Amino acid sequence: MKMVMCREATRLMSKRLDSPLGIQEKMTLKFHLAMCGACKQCNKQFQLMHEAGRALESQATIPSSDTDDGTDDTP
Amino acid sequence: MVESLDSARDLDSPGERQRRLEAIRPRLLAFARLQLRDASEADDVVQEALITAFEKNADFAGRSGYETWVFGILKNKILDALRAQKRRGKWQPWDDDGVEAAVERQFQATGRWQNIARPRSWGDPEDTLTSERFWQVFDSCMIALPDNIARIFTMRELMGLSTRQICEEAGIKENNCWVILHRGRLLLRACLEKGWLAEADS
Repeated sequence: MKMVMCREATRLMSKRLDSPLGIQEKMTLKFHLAMCGACKQCNKQFQLMHEAGRALESQATIPSSDTDDGTDDTP
Repeated sequence: MVESLDSARDLDSPGERQRRLEAIRPRLLAFARLQLRDASEADDVVQEALITAFEKNADFAGRSGYETWVFGILKNKILDALRAQKRRGKWQPWDDDGVEAAVERQFQATGRWQNIARPRSWGDPEDTLTSERFWQVFDSCMIALPDNIARIFTMRELMGLSTRQICEEAGIKENNCWVILHRGRLLLRACLEKGWLAEADS
């Protein structure tokens, strides 16, 4: 198994959100994340950003009970 | 049941449809602005989407929520607008603009994080995503991203297109797409952390 540094690990955690990783890549990433707290945080944040679109959409699609949210665009 | 609210029957009344559409308009606008990076174009696509939704009401089958259906219409309109932007030559060629250098500054020569760039905890993800303040930071960080990168990032993460679809739209190789998304995520992450934790610490 290849040992990688943080920069390469972030490449793998980014790629994983767009395309399945190969077995080697998966192992490499898993191993790095187990050892590196900063990359573990980075991985969580990439995932959070990945969910941001869906979060925005569900905020828009769940009708809000709050009718005056300051976005009233009547002149 | 929630579904019964969205049955096509309830939306037979034009007044009710109009009320529901007006209610989500601000959110649609915010979404379109993030993606198109042009306020007047965003206004136009939202207007078109609302008109289409109103006129094609019979197409709403009630399988999804009404607002979700409207959102789907908006996404198609945004995609059309992006294609038009590209045809008009509004998409700049892929120059690097110091992006690579900005990304490299986060790492030491060995490939480890620079101490000042080491990712820190953002707290509970649920709380983060439901915080109004987080979305304000998100907005300003998106504006700060270079156009080229932001466009690919939002196609992937807001519109939910696959990297293969993005390649077709943008006319780039998939490998290139992954590189751009990697840089975009690193830049956006750094910006979000700065804004989000600065607020939390104050």
